[in-house]
Amino acid sequence: MISLTDFLLVGALLFCTGVYMIVSKRNSIQVLIGIELMLNAAILNLVAFGKYDKLNNGGQVFALFAIVLAAATTAVALAIILNVYRRYKTIDPDEIKNLRD
Amino acid sequence: MSLVRLLFYVMSFIAIGSALYAALSKNLVRSIFIFFVTLFALAGLYVIALADFVAVTQVVIYVGGILVLILFAFMLSGRETLNVIQQQKGKFVNMAKVPAVILAVLFLAVIVNIILKVDADNLPWVKQAIAQKNEITPANSTIENIGINLMTTYLLPFEAISVLLLMALVGAAHLSRKEGSA
Repeated sequence: MISLTDFLLVGALLFCTGVYMIVSKRNSIQVLIGIELMLNAAILNLVAFGKYDKLNNGGQVFALFAIVLAAATTAVALAIILNVYRRYKTIDPDEIKNLRD
Repeated sequence: MSLVRLLFYVMSFIAIGSALYAALSKNLVRSIFIFFVTLFALAGLYVIALADFVAVTQVVIYVGGILVLILFAFMLSGRETLNVIQQQKGKFVNMAKVPAVILAVLFLAVIVNIILKVDADNLPWVKQAIAQKNEITPANSTIENIGINLMTTYLLPFEAISVLLLMALVGAAHLSRKEGSA
């Protein structure tokens, strides 16, 4: 079977891709995609370790919770992005410098 | 090399490759759609990790829900979104991206170093789980066990998450109201 280390390495690569997207992108939606990538890397780790818990299924159940949380986060984040777009006519995170005046 | 291992390599190659493409592509639409591929490949990886229910949930919620939401937001935010990307065309190496690359690579080095040092397959509790046959094997189905555990052991987190989901729903609806009624 596939060892845990393999899964962890794939997760680490995905996580760092997400970090790169969050830091470098100039578009809020792509930043959001980066966050989703990092969340998915974490879920992959949960699932990989959850293989060794047949009785309680801890890893898999919390992976499900993490997926649901990601859905909630995305809904709120997209509502915020749309509001920001309505106010500033841009969704570049560098351009948004003012609070509500 | 067994078939499972081969599939694992194929899936992880697709996942990492498409994630990198989504990160490096200058086209927002392309980067959203290639993210579909990443999510499907990750669902495949979950199946290989013997978590079929999580894989199905991933496909239903992520691909069916989150990505459609992202597409909605992209289409509602209009043409200005694309202008940002057009500006930085032309240069082969973009100097503004160098710090991000350095940060990501250093982070990767740290994480990989730790993973190799931890040696996860020989952790005490993992060995104990294998010895006590507490390990999921391809033969047994986990879904009924997940259902029972969700309603007994993990009832409190389940309820907490349902309340949080309701809060997020109300919050999102409140945030996306028209400005005049606020």
